[in-house]
Amino acid sequence: MAKKKPDPKTELALGDTDAATRRTILRSMLLQRRFEERCAEAYALGRIGGFCHLYIGQEATGTGVISMLRPDDYVITTYRDHGQAIARGISPRAVMAELFGRSDGCARGKGGSMHLFDRNTNFLGGHGIVGGHVPLATGVGFAIKYRGGDQVCVCFMGESVVNTGAFHEALNMAGLWKLPVIYVIENNRYGMGTSLERASAIHDIYQRGAAYDMPRGVLDGQDVLAVRTGMAEALHRARTESMPTLLEIRTYRFMGHSMSDAVSGTYRTKAELDEYMQRDPITVLKLHMEAAGEIDDAGMATIDDEVKLEVQDAWDFAEASPEPALESLYEDVLVETTT
Amino acid sequence: MPVITYRDALNAALREEMQRDDRVFLMGEEVAVYQGAYKVSKGLLQEFGEMRVVDTPITELGFAGVGVGAAMVGLRPVIEFMTWNFALLALDQVVNAAAKMLYMSGGQYHIPIVFRGPNGAALQLSAQHSQAWDSWLAHIPGLKVVSPGTPYDAKGLLKSAIRDDNPVIMLEGEMMYNWKGEVPDEEYVVPIGKADIKREGDHCTIVTYGKLVTLGLQVADTLAKEGIRVEVVDLRTIRPLDVEAVQASVRKTNRCVVLEEGWEFCGVGAQVVDYVQRDCFDDLDAPVVRVHQADVPMPYAKNLEKHAKPDLPKTIAAVKKVMYLEG
Ligand SMILES: Cc1ncc(C[n+]2csc(CCOP(=O)(O)OP(=O)(O)O)c2C)c(N)n1
Ligand SMILES: [Mg+2]
Repeated sequence: MAKKKPDPKTELALGDTDAATRRTILRSMLLQRRFEERCAEAYALGRIGGFCHLYIGQEATGTGVISMLRPDDYVITTYRDHGQAIARGISPRAVMAELFGRSDGCARGKGGSMHLFDRNTNFLGGHGIVGGHVPLATGVGFAIKYRGGDQVCVCFMGESVVNTGAFHEALNMAGLWKLPVIYVIENNRYGMGTSLERASAIHDIYQRGAAYDMPRGVLDGQDVLAVRTGMAEALHRARTESMPTLLEIRTYRFMGHSMSDAVSGTYRTKAELDEYMQRDPITVLKLHMEAAGEIDDAGMATIDDEVKLEVQDAWDFAEASPEPALESLYEDVLVETTT
Repeated sequence: MPVITYRDALNAALREEMQRDDRVFLMGEEVAVYQGAYKVSKGLLQEFGEMRVVDTPITELGFAGVGVGAAMVGLRPVIEFMTWNFALLALDQVVNAAAKMLYMSGGQYHIPIVFRGPNGAALQLSAQHSQAWDSWLAHIPGLKVVSPGTPYDAKGLLKSAIRDDNPVIMLEGEMMYNWKGEVPDEEYVVPIGKADIKREGDHCTIVTYGKLVTLGLQVADTLAKEGIRVEVVDLRTIRPLDVEAVQASVRKTNRCVVLEEGWEFCGVGAQVVDYVQRDCFDDLDAPVVRVHQADVPMPYAKNLEKHAKPDLPKTIAAVKKVMYLEG
């Protein structure tokens, strides 16, 4: 298969983030944070219903990974998808409208919090069945290779996913057929109330890649720059050699599993939570930038004001957006065949 | 009589049966340390220890199979699925292993297992998390399927299910766990395969089960004010279905509405209609009408979801239709 070979040096150099990019990333993470704080509020007010899983604490993982992608790459993920959707460039308006179940939502109000989709940004959805989307990512990788392209597919998942059969089957095929997929395990240490140690026979889960002869690595998920550097290498391998990578990115969720679960309690202590919250990904990046003289508290406050306005705008937009028309209940079940 | 929740009724059934028979164990996601995703197993880990109340990784196919294997050699597993949506992954083990082991082995290996968990839609959980699998499971020879609609029936049927020597599927409901009802302190069981007349009436029969029994009763209450006497037949068990109870009611009322949570096509209601037309054709004064979910995946938006689900106005309209009272 003929394939354009990007220069490995320029590809890797992307990992060395410049000041402007750092600022963009900081803003994106802050936007996600403020957005989700308002989601919690909207949930309490009954504007958002169903299950709602917040990303707070994990923003550096999705933002670091997605910031390295090209627009023609693909992203597929789980129900914990608000932050990644915004990082990928879906407008906060369309995301909030979806969460409010309105017709201007990115899935026309049909999907809700767990199922954000956007064809424009190749955002292939948030998926609700644990492990279910991992074979889909392998399929996307297959299609890329089939067509001889040099895109990649990034597949986000929680660490509990590695214990599902679908994960094993999907990664084996990707390893066997050398598909350009980057499997990103967001290891936040818990699947609902079960710790990694109580669910997986091995605890350094990136080592599972060995079973599929897959390049693998472990990254610090609270440091967005470290995530970018790790991604650069994986991306290079995917684009130039069509090789999959398994990245375990270690992070922590600062909120409960979903809005209906306790933040701490039977399964993790308040002390543990407090300790992890010391390494807030937004603060970690801010400290990097302060050290480089790129930002100070005033600069930070300016960005914060800006993103808060943007979130308020998203809220107002969602609230003004009409409920889906009742006839739309019967739309989108099957598509008209045109060929 | 004490009034307890559906959740506590299930909890009591599990506790009593685990005390009664040390071959009974509970396995599933979050059942032990977390005390159950919906707290049905609260306190069981503390009472019975971690060999008998077992947390699993997220691996429905795997732990369903572990249950079947353990049942083949003499244990009596209760396998909890966090919801039946996730149990789709385990269907291979439920259908290809549990349901046919006895048959394939020429009667040598029976499988005394219970697969249970919440089924159907809750509120705004969207397409992948709002599905009623009743008819899928009831389709399979070799399985029994129960779907209790009250705390009393939940406790009594779970006890029967655990004592049954066959695979029994129990369909509960996220929205039902907090529902309250009378449950006696004394020991009792509810037999599998027996329907229950939840309300007597002679104008129209509503056949239903599970979560929608409550809706059926609301319909009966509402229509009683207009002088319409609705009989509510709660199947309680979907398979084996109590055909006699359904037919006896229809012979009395001559009119029938079947109310179910799932989709229309190949639904449980279609089977009920068949039993009615087969033997009660001459008793019917009107074609049987079915009430069910709209024929679409469940949408997220509140207004669309409401539009998709069976509800009071739709069911009342159905009753009026079979009574030629509409419009
Ligand atoms: C097959 C399946 N089983 C169970 C569930 C219920 N469930 C939803 S999320 C979750 C925990 C997943 O944890 P993890 O993969 O670590 O992701 P995190 O929520 O931590 O991001 C569980 C058990 C599900 N959605 N799908
Ligand atoms: Mg996790």
